[in-house]
Amino acid sequence: MDLNFEATELRLGLPGSIDDQSEIKTTNSPANTNKRSSSEMGSSISDANDTSRSAPPAKAQVVGWPPVRSYRKNQLQAGKKTESETGCGIYVKVSMDGAPYLRKVDLKMYKSYEELMKGLQTMFKCIIGLYYDRELGYNNYGSEIYKPTYEDKDGDWMLVGDVPWDMFLSSCKRLRIMKGCEDMEG
Amino acid sequence: MVNSFPEEVLEHVFSFITLDKDRNAVSLVCKSWYEIERWCRRRIFVGNCYAVSPGIVIRRFPEVRSVELKGKPHFADFNLVPEGWGGYACSWITEMSRAYPWLEEIRLKRMVVTDESLELISTCFKNFKVLVLSSCEGFSTDGLTDIAANCRNLRKLDLRESEVMDLSGHWLSHFPNTCTSLESLNIACLGSEVSFSALERLVARSPNLKTLRLNRAVPLEKLSTLLRQAPQLVQLGTGAYSSGIRSDVYLGLSKAFSGCKALKGLSGFWDVDPSYLPAFYSVCSRLTSLNLSYATIRSPDITKVIGRCPNLQRLWVMDHVEDSGLNAVAFSCKDLRELRVFPSDPFVADANVTLTERGLVSVSEGCPKLQSVLYFCRQMSNSALITIARNRPNLICFRLCIIEPRAPDYLTLEPLDVGFGAIVEHCKELRRLSLSGLLTDRVFEYIGRHAKRLEMLSIAFAGNSDLGLHHVLSGCDGLRKLEIRDCPFGDKALLANVAKLETMRSLWMSSCAVSFGACKFLSRKMPMLNVEVIDENGTLDSRLDSCPVEKLYIYRTVAGPRSDMPAYIRTMDQCRVNTIS
Repeated sequence: MDLNFEATELRLGLPGSIDDQSEIKTTNSPANTNKRSSSEMGSSISDANDTSRSAPPAKAQVVGWPPVRSYRKNQLQAGKKTESETGCGIYVKVSMDGAPYLRKVDLKMYKSYEELMKGLQTMFKCIIGLYYDRELGYNNYGSEIYKPTYEDKDGDWMLVGDVPWDMFLSSCKRLRIMKGCEDMEG
Repeated sequence: MVNSFPEEVLEHVFSFITLDKDRNAVSLVCKSWYEIERWCRRRIFVGNCYAVSPGIVIRRFPEVRSVELKGKPHFADFNLVPEGWGGYACSWITEMSRAYPWLEEIRLKRMVVTDESLELISTCFKNFKVLVLSSCEGFSTDGLTDIAANCRNLRKLDLRESEVMDLSGHWLSHFPNTCTSLESLNIACLGSEVSFSALERLVARSPNLKTLRLNRAVPLEKLSTLLRQAPQLVQLGTGAYSSGIRSDVYLGLSKAFSGCKALKGLSGFWDVDPSYLPAFYSVCSRLTSLNLSYATIRSPDITKVIGRCPNLQRLWVMDHVEDSGLNAVAFSCKDLRELRVFPSDPFVADANVTLTERGLVSVSEGCPKLQSVLYFCRQMSNSALITIARNRPNLICFRLCIIEPRAPDYLTLEPLDVGFGAIVEHCKELRRLSLSGLLTDRVFEYIGRHAKRLEMLSIAFAGNSDLGLHHVLSGCDGLRKLEIRDCPFGDKALLANVAKLETMRSLWMSSCAVSFGACKFLSRKMPMLNVEVIDENGTLDSRLDSCPVEKLYIYRTVAGPRSDMPAYIRTMDQCRVNTIS
């Protein structure tokens, strides 16, 4: 377990030398999965520590600064993306094995697979196996985990995460969250 | 002598006393007044839902019709409060459903609300009229379905900036045809498209509808249809404000707007296409409130709009307005009371907009009634702040956010102590202040000395030592809420001002230097305070007394420690019990 000695060190003098580091530490701790943080903020914070993603920003970003509400941040992001598009969403039906009702999600509300998975997990109150890791490929955490799959434009059922996010947005017709370890291949 | 008036007369007199403060004073006069007052109090405001329990409130005030509760600390808006912190409305709603069958209004801010609670509200309160959920979360459109379907006398449904699990827009279609009482509907935060025909019919059968805030998914070409059905609207929030270049849409919209003679406030304007702005020119002269803070409109378009709004009292914009746009505000909007300028690109070091301190100075010069400011910018100077302070001693709320933490006066490279000092010195009625930029203990000395009416103070990346915090705690007589992040404030100031904490609603400190031991001491000394320590690294059990706490939230309460804390939060009572020392 990481005892994080830096955090226990009392320091004198002007703050600033440790601040950025301590902020990054805070957001990377597993308990802090605040779903209200914007993807831009979230990705740039994790970028600083995850070199498998795209290059980190020149300046480490601080949590909650500048003090712009998550709601506003999300609206601005959605705005930047859809400036040339209409305001309508991409609604797809989502079925989950064992659940009596279908749900609908607006894929445009999410900017990445991670966000979509979080949204689905919240909606169905289940754990969906972490499907996507750029370096390691698919992770299977055991047969209890649900697998997210989707039907694409050609009518084929695919594992969510195969294609880049934007391509997924334009080809996904419906989602199905599958239980257990049914084989998807073939 | 006091009892020479019959109760009914006193009750009648008390009915004219509406402010909580005054009601509380009335109840302290004598026992019989306390009794009479508590039976006829109809509105309750609880600024911190953990300061009191539902049971205590219900026992004292049995005939309440309207309840307002606030949950999470303000810094939750900026992701500083971890998930699962609390603020659950469930226990309140459940107990009120049993105790207040005639409850009409519920207003919640920063609370977690479930679909089950919404269902309970919709079925238990037969005369339910007003539901306002401001920055709330935890519920889905399924819960809204129940509200729509079951609340027969619903007047107001306002979802203001809440985070709703948006399963579909179908919920709106559940308002029955018999529902004609709607006065205010705000669904701006929802992503899903609602059935337009259901919306149109709802609007058409609601003659008292005064406020309508649509969501982004309502297309512009449909807006004129709604306006024609509701020409009596006073406040309108548009949906997406673009539609390709279509003259029929433009003409229809323009005509519809000119029919809205009562329109005083506009908001929305997502994805704005400037060529559609002139469509609402006809209402500009009557506008008192304009929220363009989600609209990317630049000069000259924004200046043209502003120039047409001489009666504007409230203006919210993005920094695209630039100094030139604010000059136009200073010139045209002589009745302006509130200005908010939001950053379009908050996470970029150099934004592509010319918004500087000059814009704010200009507005402070030109707008004599300006009392409330929220301003994000990238540079500030002491001289600008001094000028603003001298121009506008009537400021009540001054929130300045210089985007770079610890940014000095860009002209002199000095701290901004003197500038903010001038603000608190000149603006004697200042109630709310947010600081930013490079600041030493000196600024807190000024604040402690002058800011006697200050009720809420937000501090970030400021100060040198405990002396700074001590100045604030010992000097600001009216202080109710204090929130601090990333400042070198430790134990000394807190422990020297322990009694002060009981006079305040709450204190938040994160990434400061307060020790675990000091928290324990504080908790022992002040049983009327909940001292909650937040530690997401899960090391609360093994913390030494000398270790600094990550985040600290202290608030006064008559309800004792709360029982719904997640594992990473402890009150110091618990820690006292757990440690064998």
